[in-house]
Amino acid sequence: MKIALFGNPNTGKSSVFNLLTGLRQHIGNFAGITVEKKSGSFQIDNQQHQLIDFPGVYSIYPRSKDEEVVYKVVSNPKHPDFPDLAMIVVDSSNLERNLLLFTQIYDLKIPIVLVLNMWDLAQKRGVNIDIEQLQSYFPSISIVTTNARIGLGKDRLIQAIKNHQLIAASNLIVEDFKLCELENKKKQEEETRFRYQFLKKVIAEIEIVEKTKTDTLSRKIDKILIHPIFGYLIFSAVLFVIFQFIFSFASIPMDFIDAQTTNFSNFVSNQLPIGLLNDLICQGIIPGIGGVIIFVPQIALLFLFISILEESGYLSRVVFIMDKIMRPFGLNGKSVVPLISSVACAIPGVMATRTIADWKERLITILVAPLMSCSARIPVYTLLIALVIPKQTVLGIFNLQGIVLFGLYFLGLISALLIAIILNLLIKKKEKGFLLLELPSYKMPRWPNVGINVLEKVKIFVIDAGKIILSISIILWALATFGPSGKMENAEKYVRANPSFTQLPEEEQNQKVASARLESSYIGIFGKAIEPAIRPLGYDWKIGISLITSFAAREVFVGSLATIYAVQEDGDENLRLIDRLKAEKNNKNESIFTLASGVSLMIFYVFAMQCMATLAVVRRETNSWKWPLIQVAFMGFMAYFGALFAFNILS
Amino acid sequence: MKSNSLAKQAFGVKVQIKNILDSSFSNKLIELGFITGQTIEVVFSAPFGDPIAIELNGSVLSLRLEEAATIEVENTNSL
Repeated sequence: MKIALFGNPNTGKSSVFNLLTGLRQHIGNFAGITVEKKSGSFQIDNQQHQLIDFPGVYSIYPRSKDEEVVYKVVSNPKHPDFPDLAMIVVDSSNLERNLLLFTQIYDLKIPIVLVLNMWDLAQKRGVNIDIEQLQSYFPSISIVTTNARIGLGKDRLIQAIKNHQLIAASNLIVEDFKLCELENKKKQEEETRFRYQFLKKVIAEIEIVEKTKTDTLSRKIDKILIHPIFGYLIFSAVLFVIFQFIFSFASIPMDFIDAQTTNFSNFVSNQLPIGLLNDLICQGIIPGIGGVIIFVPQIALLFLFISILEESGYLSRVVFIMDKIMRPFGLNGKSVVPLISSVACAIPGVMATRTIADWKERLITILVAPLMSCSARIPVYTLLIALVIPKQTVLGIFNLQGIVLFGLYFLGLISALLIAIILNLLIKKKEKGFLLLELPSYKMPRWPNVGINVLEKVKIFVIDAGKIILSISIILWALATFGPSGKMENAEKYVRANPSFTQLPEEEQNQKVASARLESSYIGIFGKAIEPAIRPLGYDWKIGISLITSFAAREVFVGSLATIYAVQEDGDENLRLIDRLKAEKNNKNESIFTLASGVSLMIFYVFAMQCMATLAVVRRETNSWKWPLIQVAFMGFMAYFGALFAFNILS
Repeated sequence: MKSNSLAKQAFGVKVQIKNILDSSFSNKLIELGFITGQTIEVVFSAPFGDPIAIELNGSVLSLRLEEAATIEVENTNSL
């Protein structure tokens, strides 16, 4: 049986979903629409049931693109996801608003199990519901009380599904109910008003409110968390803790994954016969997969924190206190978390924009998020800073290198906000953005929900973005491995023919060969081809090659330079590489890596969209290649002219 | 009887909704329970006075001032 799960936001719908399906969940898309579909399965008496989780909505008439899916599915009985049974989860302490959605689905004659969730909370707040009375209004439905957050009510849910006769309602609230068209808002308003009138009558009969319903504890916590000073201080402290975790702890598993990928690739390489297949697997596919998995720790940690904040109710307060500040930039209070997350990594940042209901505000957030300096830029920044910025103290206490690093981060932030303003002016839309946000009561996070949410985000990334990352990795590998016929072999022969070659240690021989081959590969040829374009920025073709390869991911820049200059990478410090780069001269015997070209490169990396993983995620989240390509274009434009400007000022 | 916009109400004063002005989001306001006759109360605001938090039927909803401005209310004490 196909069972659909509906409910308002903050009703504990996902708790009910997790309660029934546990870990048997998977993510897909709704047919014909690209909204994410979370479904799961469970068995009752050897009978398999499928449960589909729909986005939390207040009404079947959508507020945002995400919410349209509810309307599209329930309005079309032929839709493959049209349910045999609807399970509607409501917050028992706020029946009136929650039952609006219920009455709509009821009138569509879909059989219903009504789940009165948060039963304990309602009782605690003095709200008593006469279930028999409620049942008499809606005889065809089954009613279940649960307390899904603490795992209570699973048996009752299962009983209700098992015993359900699948009868459609006969006494409709709106007689001969027909759904309004999506565009006809006036008619929707009328319908909603009518339903509320009906509900007011019903609620007056079934609900006895003993005490005041106000949640005084939440109100007290809000006094502090929304305070003009403490509110922002606490938010800053929360961010600080999150970053500490992401920066210091994510690097441990990331280094481990990095090392294991290399080990595994070497291991496989030794097992397989030497040849093209070996190269494809060990230099294309395995590092490509490694390049996907390496992001998992950051994504997992970030979503761990976001889920905790969301579950506890704090996240909506962050939106509340940041909304006014973000609005002049065409952004939304909900843009704050994605943008800040992007300082760790733009991928989870872009993925976190889903909560923004307004499409334009969400799009702007997605487009500017990669301008925030992410952690993959750190290896590039540190290498370049060590290379061209002298180690000296400014104004007695400040470390010049540190100031430059801070400046690069700052430049990223400022440019993100400026571009947001520009995009806000450029992107047209018919309707004004709105916030309409619920500030739920504070609760302890429910850990299974947090865990499942983290798992889900990681899965989406690995599967969806992973495909694109892997394909681009393989393409880049092919471009670096193949060249016009015979050229690479000739280059290798030429290097080997050098009389001093055989006296070199084997390692250096291999490096020299690799360097020569890369130079005459397609990527090498591209690097040389773009040299006229990048010479004004102070770069030569060797840097050009690294720019192209680091399109895969920014940190690849360092490894590519090492390959081209035929030096062994030596850990975080990269001392050998730095020495080698410092000695690099052009044909006029001038240093290639000067202050001007070094800063120019840093600026380039602040702006350029050098990350195929982000590109893949933006494509997924905007569901077209249009926006990621626009993003690549404007970021590339900024990178090029920013670098050009910096180089000319400094040289 | 004076009617006034929800955006201009003092904190902690219970008011009754008189009318929802037409806007691109008025249907959404209504769906959240902002309907004529409903008693609501502005409970607090964000640090810069915008958005504001409104208690409606025991739950707290946040509205931007420009959204609140489309809701006309009346002080229940003056009834």
